[in-house]
Amino acid sequence: MTINFFDNDLNSLHDKLVNKEITVTELTQATLDNIEKTDDQLNAFITTNAQEAMKKASEIDEKGEFTHVLSGLPVALKDNLSTKGIPTTGASHILEGFKPVYDATVVDKLQNAGAISVGKANMDEFAMGGSTETSYYKQTTNAWDHTKVPGGSSGGSAAAVAGGLVPFALGSDTGGSIRQPAAFNGIVGLKPTYGRVSRWGLFAMASSLDQIGPFTRTVKDNALVLNTIAGFDAKDSTSSNRDVPDFTSKLSGDVKGLKIAVPKEYFGEGIDPKVAATVKAAIAQLEALGAIVDEVTLPHTKYGVAAYYIIMSSEASSNLQRYDGVRYGFRADNVKTLEDLYVKTRSEGFGDEVKRRIMLGTFSLSAGAYDAFFKKAAKIRTLLIEDFNKVFEDYDVIVGPTAPTVAYGLGEEIDDPTAMYLADVLTIPVNLAGLPGLSVNAGFVDGLPVGLQIIGKPFDEQTVYQTGFAYEQASRLFEKKPDIAKAY
Amino acid sequence: MSETTISKEEVAHVASLAKLAFNDAELEQFTTQLSDILNIFNTLSEVDTDNVEPTYSVTENINHLRDDIADNWHQKEALLSNASSSAADLIKVPAILDGEGK
Repeated sequence: MTINFFDNDLNSLHDKLVNKEITVTELTQATLDNIEKTDDQLNAFITTNAQEAMKKASEIDEKGEFTHVLSGLPVALKDNLSTKGIPTTGASHILEGFKPVYDATVVDKLQNAGAISVGKANMDEFAMGGSTETSYYKQTTNAWDHTKVPGGSSGGSAAAVAGGLVPFALGSDTGGSIRQPAAFNGIVGLKPTYGRVSRWGLFAMASSLDQIGPFTRTVKDNALVLNTIAGFDAKDSTSSNRDVPDFTSKLSGDVKGLKIAVPKEYFGEGIDPKVAATVKAAIAQLEALGAIVDEVTLPHTKYGVAAYYIIMSSEASSNLQRYDGVRYGFRADNVKTLEDLYVKTRSEGFGDEVKRRIMLGTFSLSAGAYDAFFKKAAKIRTLLIEDFNKVFEDYDVIVGPTAPTVAYGLGEEIDDPTAMYLADVLTIPVNLAGLPGLSVNAGFVDGLPVGLQIIGKPFDEQTVYQTGFAYEQASRLFEKKPDIAKAY
Repeated sequence: MSETTISKEEVAHVASLAKLAFNDAELEQFTTQLSDILNIFNTLSEVDTDNVEPTYSVTENINHLRDDIADNWHQKEALLSNASSSAADLIKVPAILDGEGK
């Protein structure tokens, strides 16, 4: 039995299980076989849980209940989502061997739905990076070209879906870490509104920015996964107690009269002209479908990167103080005092990018820099939010490119942190404002996928999905397959 | 408005606050890289924010309160097994003060 996820969306997999065309055991085994066939090219997984997954599969087969659309379906989880008893490293040396004692709320929710985790996906160390190159463990490659980066930080989750290893995956997005790898791999990735999905059990990087979200091949699949993981959680004081709507309810393909804003700053300096042209063509297609498209301005966009890197690194420097070698993970050898243990463990356990951000954050919060940096950045954040609010008075969604370029070569950018940071300019403002942001494939430049980013009002993921679905159904780009699809 | 810069000595001081140690070559490299990044941060001084309130979180919530009832997760063994050294149901660490416990 083999399974090709390029030809099966979540609903069709669900139907196959319900109609007994395939058992959960067969589907899980076929998924593990897919990983066996292609993960030596993609390196998407840090850990696979074959035994555990097969055990759960047979339990679901025995029950024979497929009440939830995700019952019996395989999923990959980013390795910063806590999974009880299963190694969870955040792709850092400092958490080598760490086994969480509880499941993240999203993991709980997927398990309750009957989804089966087949493994933990590679990522940038502690989600710090945009290429999955800062992982301590391995280098994930792009599903369309294995000499290119998969994007990041959720590069393993994106490559696993785009490469056809699993039908869906979860990632996390602090400054673009779901949307940018989704764009680089030509799939669908959503960063939900801040508070839409519980962060309980997600390794905290920047607590005021982090959100968990789904990677899928289609918009409808994405909405189905969000339906499952969204909602209030008493364990996350920032999770929202607003009602969770059915996120598939506006997927009609109709965008007549939808008001779309296109910020001129999203097509400015630093944006590859071929990427800009591809995204403009996608927007023209939405207009042809009946949407009303206007150019608008988000004047503080260019200050987003600076504000973000100050706020993110400040929050991260505080959150990462917990990694000290005492209670879990790696502990340095040959230490005489407790102070030695902290310093040596952290210096040997963290990679350079993590150290850089801890340093930036510690500095930005220090007495001499607090007003000029941390407080100033928080004020710029207010101005960025006001920019968005103004546009959303008159428009339903904001669209533009997800990333300034397509995927670049492995090793090309990693030694230039400032260039890496500036590449986040289009995704960062969405996190600072807490908005929902979706990336869908908008076409290809030199054989590599380009992302169309769709940004919505707070808690209006439905309209974001509506826009993405209409474009996806008109363009049919999700039917294009990378060469790796032939392996199944 | 004056530009904020960082010297090698300040980088060393920040490293000590962050419980990180760098050798001299690393200190040089971090000083250069952090200076480049601070140049980006300094662009914020162009923006007039005199009458702007800072935003530290975008959550709508004030606080979720729960009843103050203790809960036992019965996970002592799993928690202890994550520590690289433990004894007598406690996590072991080296002496807290230099020179003690030798």
